[in-house]
Amino acid sequence: MSSASQKFLVGDEMTTNSEDENIETTQVPSAAMTFINVGERTNVTGSAKFRKLIEANDYPAALDVARQQVENGAQIIDVNMDEGLLDSEKAMETFLNLIAAEPDIARVPIMIDSSKWTVIESGLKCVQGKPIVNSISMKEGEGPFLEQARKVRRYGAAVVVMAFNEQGQAETADQKFEICKRAYKLLTEKVGFPPEDIIFDPNIFAVATGIEEHNNYGVAFIEATRRIKQEMPLTHVSGGVSNLSFSFRGNEPVREAMHSVFLYHAIKAGMDMGIVNAGQLTVYDDIPADLRELVEDVILNRRDDATDRLLDAAERFKAGGGAKAKAKDLSWRENPVQERLTYSLVHGITDFIEEDTEEARQSVERPLHVIEGPLMTGMNVVGDLFGAGKMFLPQVVKSARVMKQAVAYLQPYLEKEKEEMGITDRPAAGKVVMATVKGDVHDIGKNIVGVVLQCNNYEVIDLGVMVPAAKILETAKREKADIIGLSGLITPSLDEMCFVAAEMEREGFDIPLLIGGATTSRVHTAVKVAPNYIANQAIHVLDASRAVGVVSRLLSETDSEGFRAEIRAEYEKVRAAHLAGDARKKRITLKQARDNKFDIEWDRYTPPKPTFFGAREFESYDLAELVPYIDWTPFFSTWELRGRYPAILDDNVVGPEARKLLDDALELLAQMVKEKWLTARAVIGFWPANSVGDDIELYTGEPRHSQLATLHTLRQQIARDNTRGRAHTALADFIAPKDSGVADYIGGFAVTTGHGEEEAIEAHFKKTDDYGRIMFKALADRLAEAFAERMHQRVRREFWGYAADEKLSCDELILETYKGIRPAPGYPAQPDHTEKATLWRLMDVKQKTGIELTESYAMWPGSSVSGLYFSHPDSHYFGVGKIERDQVEDYAARKGLTVAETERWLAPILNYDPRSYGKAEVA
Amino acid sequence: MKRRPSWDQLHEAAKRRILIIDGAMGTMIQKRKPSEEDYRGERFKDWKSDVKGNNDLLSLTQPKMIQEIHEEYLEAGADLIETNTFNAQRISMADYHMEEFSFEINLEAAKIARAAADKYTKLTQNKPRFVCGAVGPTNRTASLSPDVNNPGYRNTSFDELRQAYAEQVRGLMEGGADIIMIETVFDTLNAKAAGFGTLEVFEEYDLELPIMISGTITDRSGRTLSGQTAEAFWYSMRHLKPFSIGLNCALGAELMRPYIADLSHVADVYISAYPNAGLPNEMGEYDETPHDMACQIQPWAEDGLLNIVGGCCGSTPDHIGHIREHVEKFKPRKLPQIAPKMRLSGLEPFVAG
Repeated sequence: MSSASQKFLVGDEMTTNSEDENIETTQVPSAAMTFINVGERTNVTGSAKFRKLIEANDYPAALDVARQQVENGAQIIDVNMDEGLLDSEKAMETFLNLIAAEPDIARVPIMIDSSKWTVIESGLKCVQGKPIVNSISMKEGEGPFLEQARKVRRYGAAVVVMAFNEQGQAETADQKFEICKRAYKLLTEKVGFPPEDIIFDPNIFAVATGIEEHNNYGVAFIEATRRIKQEMPLTHVSGGVSNLSFSFRGNEPVREAMHSVFLYHAIKAGMDMGIVNAGQLTVYDDIPADLRELVEDVILNRRDDATDRLLDAAERFKAGGGAKAKAKDLSWRENPVQERLTYSLVHGITDFIEEDTEEARQSVERPLHVIEGPLMTGMNVVGDLFGAGKMFLPQVVKSARVMKQAVAYLQPYLEKEKEEMGITDRPAAGKVVMATVKGDVHDIGKNIVGVVLQCNNYEVIDLGVMVPAAKILETAKREKADIIGLSGLITPSLDEMCFVAAEMEREGFDIPLLIGGATTSRVHTAVKVAPNYIANQAIHVLDASRAVGVVSRLLSETDSEGFRAEIRAEYEKVRAAHLAGDARKKRITLKQARDNKFDIEWDRYTPPKPTFFGAREFESYDLAELVPYIDWTPFFSTWELRGRYPAILDDNVVGPEARKLLDDALELLAQMVKEKWLTARAVIGFWPANSVGDDIELYTGEPRHSQLATLHTLRQQIARDNTRGRAHTALADFIAPKDSGVADYIGGFAVTTGHGEEEAIEAHFKKTDDYGRIMFKALADRLAEAFAERMHQRVRREFWGYAADEKLSCDELILETYKGIRPAPGYPAQPDHTEKATLWRLMDVKQKTGIELTESYAMWPGSSVSGLYFSHPDSHYFGVGKIERDQVEDYAARKGLTVAETERWLAPILNYDPRSYGKAEVA
Repeated sequence: MKRRPSWDQLHEAAKRRILIIDGAMGTMIQKRKPSEEDYRGERFKDWKSDVKGNNDLLSLTQPKMIQEIHEEYLEAGADLIETNTFNAQRISMADYHMEEFSFEINLEAAKIARAAADKYTKLTQNKPRFVCGAVGPTNRTASLSPDVNNPGYRNTSFDELRQAYAEQVRGLMEGGADIIMIETVFDTLNAKAAGFGTLEVFEEYDLELPIMISGTITDRSGRTLSGQTAEAFWYSMRHLKPFSIGLNCALGAELMRPYIADLSHVADVYISAYPNAGLPNEMGEYDETPHDMACQIQPWAEDGLLNIVGGCCGSTPDHIGHIREHVEKFKPRKLPQIAPKMRLSGLEPFVAG
């Protein structure tokens, strides 16, 4: 061990025993949490992709790169246009001006990165915020350095100073420190630069290059960092980390391990900023122990043959080799209990949580202290990693499972103590009452939000599904909730949310109302929900990852008022834009739309006849048969991992997590299927049918004398450019009109895989196991969709039989390349949920499958799908879009409902503003 | 760098009491209903284009009128009066083809205000009066595109603004202004250019004046027109080491308060606020009464948020008098200690560590 590294390892900590790493690791989380991630992808020298976009003048795509950086947690974005063939000044100016027009990017500060002063200065002239200049140095002497520093200050920027002087770049720790010290004196004494606005970059160079002088580069940086922070504590230390591992290009596992190990030590020494691809960092503890040791030998320059040993071993770790080693690595079990708990929480490991919790319990005075101390410390790490985009939702939900199990373990002790001492519950950061609204049964998203909030120390009272407004409000009052959260998936739930909001207003509530769920939107919340509740504020929450931010700002003493004012103002704008948009979006009359219906030449077509009429049921359908029909893309989006399957598995950012998630899912799925946790039931039916106007008449048989039922459909009224000749379609257009004399047919179906869901949850998952429970529900939903897909295939091939020779792979099925459609009531082609009632009557769905309809026409159990079958090869999916009052009146008359009732069910697609609740009228 | 004696006097006064800044100049000019001929005066009677509405020109053509308005505000108790130079740089003056008079307008306007202030300082020796050289936003924006279809386009540049502002500041300084006041900032990049130009002129003259900065939060979004929050705006301007930071225009007192409170928490310099007299009515007129406006501002003083207060659009000497009466019994806000941390900003603030 070289003296420099020994000095570093020993450092200023309480032990001099370098084998005892445990004590050192406790220092890491706090430093790591304040570490500033600078996004590095908008850099033409570092990213070939970005360079090509800029060279091709594809600025919109280049902006997407910047946006992604911010979305992935970059707190600052580095912009570099240093490419010989570019007009770098111009490119910098163009790109920064464009960023200024994108609020979701421009919200973060910019790091203007160039080795040319002129490029930096053109950048400085384009940003209104306070940016960072990266970088200046004493390369050309003190004169130019001071001049540039004065200008940087006058432009109002912070500055990165490279450890570079007239002789060149500093290589040893002493050189690095001395140059930084000299720059510091000049900046603070001659320019009046505030120390806190100075960031030193003491040069990260490649190690393990085979050149002996390079071996100590890592140590030199770390040591210089430590000294800089000691003597100039207000300054910052940054660096471009990827330089370090240059000699291992092409071997990502080793490179990532090097970056991770290096950062681990450098952060500990005081490095507080880095230009890194945050999404790709491995957790230090996740590096296989043998690799970590080899890498650490290299970075800390601990032995002369370190480079050779790492080179020898590198191939072994390349692509996947490391993963296996990791599985066996239990070395973290050697660490003190706090770290073991944190490790378990961060990695979602339940195996040791009870024994570790017990050990922690014995070391503190009161069981409550285990929660408040070690467990919350661990969860804070999770929260920060999630907040910084370093952990993904599935991991956080797994963390919650570990946390809940630990709390459950402590519960008896807590109870006992409560009895003995009359102590109240532990204080939470805030209390949130959540519910899926009346008439709706969908709760996966809501459950995820609940878990994420709990992870952040909010108390969540989850009232479950189909919860009436009165119960939500009563609970919120009794529990003195700080926030109410409503969730819903089907469109009638939107109306119910407006009602809850109006009730909150009436009952004098003054707490924020969160709105979430698949059909909810910012626009709907702003236009429809918020005006009902002006006493406080209704706020749309896009997904679980935003929930904590929103809740914490709403409950912040200093920020709440401003945040709500922000939302209010934003929603006012949305409303104004919405009103203006409404005015523009002219609809044509129903008559005009009908005159332009989707025309099928019926006289040349003979519709295929189904093999039977009436309904046929399927009891206990084989689940195994359904598995290949699962469409996985929506499954990943349930977990907020965005991307198409299977490409998502190789995604740069979420790929590894997506793979893990899929592994877990397949394992659970196999068990569900094998042990028959769910019962799949279905009913399908066919009937002779003809269209009459926009309705479809169903008959009891041939000849078509006796009418069995009428299905009503809605027609598009969007005003289109007529030259394009696109029709204004209704589903009725896909069925032969009665007066054509053509015998046509229609089918219907309802399938479910939800029976047994509740029982299986109780039987197979601990109360604390949110991860398992959510996973299970998500899979049940996927199976229901798969069931609908499989049944449709059999209908085409066997039961209707019009495509007996169809041979499509499951992927092609998902892409809907087959003939005929299966639209569902409540979805774009027929947005009216109440049409399900007719289906239920026709096929006696409740009796035959056990699927019930709620008052909002949601299906219970939730893992169910229903719809109609159309066979015509030209039938296709479409969206009805917004409709006018003339159609609503016509439709109401056809259905025998009042206009007001009809408007309520069709509220989301009305192109006008009907009277709704109380103050809901938007001026 | 040298400083004027008023530097210390201003800092002393700010320590002791809440300072009163004057009200609207434009409103007071409008009340006098000057005609095209009045605007032109003798000197510009044959000018090639209409000049009615060029209020800043009145410093050359109707200096008495402008001095009278200043004196009404001083009479009402204003400690600080703003020169009639809101649009007096060559970018805005181009509207009247009067770019060449930019320097002179600033020079004369500062002299008029100087004369008025000196007159009242003599009358009330214990209450020195100060002249703020008013530097407005110009009619262009450096970080917003005027063309919605071309977001990267700009119709001005940092350098153009910097030079126009520098010329204005030269005029104000030579005319005797005590303070440079960069105000009604709706695009922070314009203000940064103004600050840059101002510092250059200080260096040129080897004379440093206190800088006051006042931004404009355009609506309840809590953001400037260019999208920054109040805190982010402060971090963008802080390097100028201003005497004060604050807000004016666009909002009435009621709506301005939360953003003044935000600034008050994060800024370790004096806080200024001069809201409009309410919001414009259907006719575009401001009708908040002096009493109402003063009653809305009083709690700010009670809560220790204020150092400098006055009025913007729609306010009159009567408003300023009422505000003074309502706030003078309260102590000025104490400067908070702000931990030295790297504080950056985009549209939103970012604080390291």
